[in-house]
Amino acid sequence: MILTDPSQKAEYRNVWALAEVLSGQVQPVTYELIGASRALADAKGSEVWAVLLGAGTAGQADSLFAYGADKVLLVDDPRLAGFSDEWEAGVLERLMRKYKPDVLLGAATARGRALMPRVAVKANCGLTADCTQLGIDPENGDLLQTRPAFGGNILATIRCSSHRPQLATVRPRVMKALAPDSGRKGEVIREELLDTDAKKTKRIVETFQDKETVVNLGHAQIIVSGGRGVKGPKGFDLLRAFANKVGAAVGASRAAIDSGWISYAHQIGQTGQTVQTRVYIACGISGQIQHLVGMQSSDTIIAIDKNPNTPMMQLADIAIVGDLFEVIPEIIKEIDKV
Amino acid sequence: MKIVVCIKQVPASSDAKIDPETKRIIREGMKAVLNPFDTYAVEEAVQLRNRFGGEVIVLSMGPEKAAHSLREAISVGADRAVLLSDRAFGGSDTWATSYALAKAVEKIGGVDLVICGKQAVDGDTAQVGPGIAAHLDWVQATYVLKVEDASETGIRVRRMNEDGYDVCEVDFPAVLTVLKDINRPRVPTLKGSLAALREEIPVWKPADIGAELEKIGLDGSPTRVVKTAPPPPRNTVTRVLEGTPAESVRELVKDLRTRGIL
Ligand SMILES: Cc1cc2nc3c(=O)[nH]c(=O)nc-3n(C[C@H](O)[C@H](O)[C@H](O)COP(=O)(O)OP(=O)(O)OC[C@H]3O[C@@H](n4cnc5c(N)ncnc54)[C@H](O)[C@@H]3O)c2cc1C
Ligand SMILES: Nc1ncnc2c1ncn2[C@@H]1O[C@H](COP(=O)(O)O)[C@@H](O)[C@H]1O
Repeated sequence: MILTDPSQKAEYRNVWALAEVLSGQVQPVTYELIGASRALADAKGSEVWAVLLGAGTAGQADSLFAYGADKVLLVDDPRLAGFSDEWEAGVLERLMRKYKPDVLLGAATARGRALMPRVAVKANCGLTADCTQLGIDPENGDLLQTRPAFGGNILATIRCSSHRPQLATVRPRVMKALAPDSGRKGEVIREELLDTDAKKTKRIVETFQDKETVVNLGHAQIIVSGGRGVKGPKGFDLLRAFANKVGAAVGASRAAIDSGWISYAHQIGQTGQTVQTRVYIACGISGQIQHLVGMQSSDTIIAIDKNPNTPMMQLADIAIVGDLFEVIPEIIKEIDKV
Repeated sequence: MKIVVCIKQVPASSDAKIDPETKRIIREGMKAVLNPFDTYAVEEAVQLRNRFGGEVIVLSMGPEKAAHSLREAISVGADRAVLLSDRAFGGSDTWATSYALAKAVEKIGGVDLVICGKQAVDGDTAQVGPGIAAHLDWVQATYVLKVEDASETGIRVRRMNEDGYDVCEVDFPAVLTVLKDINRPRVPTLKGSLAALREEIPVWKPADIGAELEKIGLDGSPTRVVKTAPPPPRNTVTRVLEGTPAESVRELVKDLRTRGIL
């Protein structure tokens, strides 16, 4: 909603965190959103409301309180069983007009990135994608939203002072969840889904869980990633064995995908996924800019390559010069020793 | 089937220059290419048109030279193109961009389907597709990785989710955003390239699409970039391990344990 006068900002108060629900389950990124919301709300002396849209998910409200929500805004309706962007955007818009939150945070996941822009347009407010840092401007209370653009080569700080609420999506694994406190309780506010919340909707015929189509790289702590140096599908079997050993997900460069060694869902980089993991292990990936932009903000980067002079080997915290077909089995052996 | 494909011209490289005044990307003088994701959107539209007949119109908002990307789309099968170009559109954020594109879709008229790429590789927001759907109040299916079936009145698609995919059916009019694995874009034919060269591309101004001036450009954008900075430098003291595999790995595992990673 457009503000005609800055004094209207005061009408918009609380910080909302939109729960990410997948197959009826609240996802861990929700707790990260609540953690981030808690910090913002505390800075402004306002409340954190978790917004839980779903079908039969009411029982999960307690976990939202435990992780720091003061209130849970609950809409429980069979029409919200699948992911219906149209219903969800409609009901969210209406509830935002009713309760006037100052901020709404959503996850920068497939779902959040579909829903939040629809909400932002309907409610006539700004939306900043994929934020990695959030703060409150002490001077005017605006939300300062920092996000990487141009594949992480620029950090832009964005504000939205003329519209409320202020909407942002936040990447998984970037914000910290608070330690849960099961003694923490709060108030559940129930709202209905109205027939008028969406004009037309899609029909969700079936939902498949499929690990090969979708690889949840964004949520992984460790990624073992392979490139052309992995030489073929067999090489990726070795990477999978390595990944299983260290509890990692498997990523890949575009060269490996284009060669047909592994599916697109694993691709990291400009035309794949962007990840920000704790540990990124690049095996036989030279590190062209299009690949680097998808992973260079990871905490620790380890590279294994025959050639010590590649961009990836220069970027890495630890660069192992060697043949990955000798080095990786050695790592597995070394870990097994203990 | 009347299909509009929204395509964006993006900088070819990632070293962006930023206007110190507006904090927006300086697009002038930058080598530009068609946003890679949008090539899949164009291909999908061309395949649907080849099956059902009708028309593929490629639509872009940007500087005059964005016409080059529109021609590229014509060379691989789009029927015609429209360019939204005017100073007043400059500085638009995703809200204002999706507003202008939605107004252009309305102006084109009788459109069944709008197809966008998943995201543009410069802004990386993935917001414009759903934004267009919201402005038009049409149904949307994002992150589409496969078209399973289509008819004159609707389409059935696989939509990627965080742990798998949905099969959903949408009636027209609708907006899709597509992923890379949906198809393999064709290469231009000689006939296509010639057609692209000859094509007259109309340039539409805000008045042509009935856009309200306070909803486009910098003024129509709720968000403001207030600061841009390079990311904090990586601690790039690279530790190089180059002994035998056994030696390197022993060092690696020791190092990972000190860092608390293993
Ligand atoms: C528009 C566009 C978008 C793109 N998007 C992406 C993207 O999203 N993601 C992406 O990854 N790329 C992308 N690319 C491609 C990118 O430019 C590179 O071509 C690609 O990343 C190279 O992959 P690679 O490092 O696996 O292969 P290479 O560059 O061939 O590197 C292979 C490496 O393996 C090493 N090696 C070989 N054998 C061994 C061995 N036995 N042991 C150890 N090391 C070995 C070699 O020394 C070399 O360094 C894009 C390109 C374009 C134009
Ligand atoms: N200026 C533009 N002109 C035409 N289409 C656009 C424009 N900006 C974005 N799009 C479309 O919207 C998609 C998502 O872009 P973005 O939201 O900027 O990541 C792109 O893949 C294009 O299909």
